[in-house]
Amino acid sequence: MRPYTYATAATPSQAVGLATNASAYLAGGTTLVDLMKLDVMGPSSVIDINALALTGTTVDSAGLHIGALSRMSDVATDPNVTKAFPVIAQALVASASPQIRNMASIGGNLLQRTRCDYFRDVHTPCNKRQAGSGCPAQQGANRTHAILGTSTSCAATHPSDLAVALMALDAVLTVQSGTGSRQIALADFYQLPGSTPSIENTLKIGELITSVTVPPLAWATKSSYLKVRDRTSYEFALSSAAIAVQTSGSMIGAARVAVGGVGTIPWRLPSVESALAGTTAGIANFTKAAANAATGAKTLSENAFKVTLVQRVIVRALSELLGVTS
Amino acid sequence: MGLTRRGFFGAAAASASLAVATPDHPMLTTLTAPSISTTPGDTTVSVSCTINGTAQTLSIDPRVTLLDALRERLDLTGTKKGCDRGQCGACTVHVDGRRVLSCLTLAATVDGRQVTTVEGLASGNTLNPVQKAFMDNDGMQCGFCTSGQVMSAVALIREGHAGSADEIREWMSGNICRCGCYSNIVDAVIQAGTSGKAV
Repeated sequence: MRPYTYATAATPSQAVGLATNASAYLAGGTTLVDLMKLDVMGPSSVIDINALALTGTTVDSAGLHIGALSRMSDVATDPNVTKAFPVIAQALVASASPQIRNMASIGGNLLQRTRCDYFRDVHTPCNKRQAGSGCPAQQGANRTHAILGTSTSCAATHPSDLAVALMALDAVLTVQSGTGSRQIALADFYQLPGSTPSIENTLKIGELITSVTVPPLAWATKSSYLKVRDRTSYEFALSSAAIAVQTSGSMIGAARVAVGGVGTIPWRLPSVESALAGTTAGIANFTKAAANAATGAKTLSENAFKVTLVQRVIVRALSELLGVTS
Repeated sequence: MGLTRRGFFGAAAASASLAVATPDHPMLTTLTAPSISTTPGDTTVSVSCTINGTAQTLSIDPRVTLLDALRERLDLTGTKKGCDRGQCGACTVHVDGRRVLSCLTLAATVDGRQVTTVEGLASGNTLNPVQKAFMDNDGMQCGFCTSGQVMSAVALIREGHAGSADEIREWMSGNICRCGCYSNIVDAVIQAGTSGKAV
């Protein structure tokens, strides 16, 4: 690990006051400490923000507010979350392991880095880690890589489950800097790799995520998260789906669908949502709607299976949520 | 038990250090000289916490993980370093009663907190029911992952996640056993969870 200075901040304004272009905020540490050991990250100063009063949830007319330092395990069992937004609770419980969920914060979860092995191995090129060095995944080991939102510079999959659920729910981040605070819709937060994979989001240097707001959506009580992976638990998604459905009898009024494990960013699917709206719940209609999921997909040598998998994950998620078997 | 395996390797390492810190290698001794610089790498932080009920104060490099502080500074070697990357669970300890990975926890962040390691589970010669259940059910082979498995299992039972074998498998998923003793581990957790004894 490279040397760094260590400071503990007591308030958000103190934290942002300490920030420089070579600093990193430390919350749960499950990404930062890991990547500092691997020499993928090497901040010269680490600012411990764990003492900041940014934990817990509240609900008001603007929706559900989740403090950015709330731990994944606490949010997963929070009554404000489990009843109104089961998709969030399920995405959290499907993430990582119990130990990591006890440590990792909500803000940190949204900022976690890709699990691409080339990104994590400093002995190989990676455009995300070192701009312009190349992307071995294009021709190399790419079974777990993205099929949506990729470029010839990067096909790294975004690893967060929570972000997929929040994307489906139109969540908004509140971030603080030395000049005040601002809000960023999650839909505008993550950046496609394009020719600059090292730029992953619209956070500016020193900005600190202080909370996540999920706008009210009464029918999100009928929502779920389905995650398919290489082993049953403690693994990143090969494909996942966050869905919420408004129904009247067997008719679908509206739907929210976002998918994970297949995109370079958490991937909302408005074309699948609109294809579901106004249809009768049933496997045939689900399959027809899900056929839009991989539109524009670009596959690599080992990950073409995800084109089919992502569609089947959506169909299964809808079927299980709505109790449809035919 | 005059000579332990760890004691032997520790003594051997110390001899090796002495051997290189000779006038022939002045740079090596210079590197360890105390410094008053405030540049990264030259500063230490003071950490005061409670470990297994005992107050401890450490002056450490801020890069030191809780795992390394436990093993190398406090000689609490029951907590194991498996992957050191947050992927195996061998280093699981409790901080303020919650199970966490000590390999991804910077020791500097446990200032003011209560840490429990596997050495803090038994009372005197009476094993924690989870420790006894692992022995009764042969829930180990090589034993390297066992302290992490036990710490996770104690937390799991206290969390109320020992309701069924499937639930135990899901909530023990952060602890990998490369010997593949999973079925016996699940049996051990079931025994401890249904023993009616506080874990």
